[in-house]
Amino acid sequence: MNEETLAQLAMDFSVLSLIAVGGAITVLPEMHRSVVEVHGWMGSAQFAELFALAQAAPGPNILVVSLIGWKVAGLAGAVVATAAVCGPSCVLTFAVSRIWQRFRGARWRTAVEDGLVPVTVGLMLAGGYLITLSADHSWPAFATTAVTAAVVLTTRIHPLWLFGAAGLIGLAGWV
Amino acid sequence: MPFARRMLVEERRWLSAEEFTDVLSLCQLLPGPNIVNVAVCVGARYHGVRGAVAAFAGLMTAPFFIMLALGALYTEYGDLPAVSAVFRGISAAAAGLVVAMGLKMAASRRLRSAMASFAVLTLIGIALMRLPLVLFLLSVAPLSVMATLWRAK
Repeated sequence: MNEETLAQLAMDFSVLSLIAVGGAITVLPEMHRSVVEVHGWMGSAQFAELFALAQAAPGPNILVVSLIGWKVAGLAGAVVATAAVCGPSCVLTFAVSRIWQRFRGARWRTAVEDGLVPVTVGLMLAGGYLITLSADHSWPAFATTAVTAAVVLTTRIHPLWLFGAAGLIGLAGWV
Repeated sequence: MPFARRMLVEERRWLSAEEFTDVLSLCQLLPGPNIVNVAVCVGARYHGVRGAVAAFAGLMTAPFFIMLALGALYTEYGDLPAVSAVFRGISAAAAGLVVAMGLKMAASRRLRSAMASFAVLTLIGIALMRLPLVLFLLSVAPLSVMATLWRAK
């Protein structure tokens, strides 16, 4: 694939990096607009498939951009897309985390941190709710989600075992 | 993220549960994938630039190549009914993992009873009303911080 495509990947995903407040899932609609609607690099269905794969695979969800980059422009595309989506936000986080430490114990810093806790908890719960709705389309699927949550809350079993079990349940055709 | 919490808090004990919630709050406030931000923050805390780069590389390298390999396999076999059936099961379990993590954080001591109303507000605003995240954060987060300051008086 040509250099122009790589430049476009780099530019679009750098912008996504800086507006991705709240993480990868929040910029999904914007990513879809860029990749499917603006550039026509792939169809909507393929975009959705790649995202499902990134969800199921190990590692950060944001690696869906590696898959997109790879589909669009091969290995170079994967590297460029991943670097673009991580670079700007990483530099910002590094800078802020140093300043943040300097104000340890400051009253405003404690207030900012304590004040953000409930918002963080709310976002996590909202994420769980939305992901459950998009993943589950039958009552056995909802049951699988509920049992997984209960097992994670009450035991220290490694979640990959639960993924394996759920994969088998899927294979058996129950969800 | 649930895996990260497990590793940092429960296995390696690099952070206490409260510190993890702290770091996560900052990392959710900042743009970018939260888990990558957490890695950069924890790396920077222990070893500055080198720690941040090492944490980033450690977090991303293996999953990056696994992802490409899975992508290649999926392109080849994704249309098979058996493969998509397995995917349905796994995505249901993955959702359960996120739900469990939200509930664990809700049970944390840091979430004081009066402040829980902001958690409920966020849940309603983002999950049910589907408000745009940036606008929501810009309006609700400052209110929550001010409420905390006011309560501390």
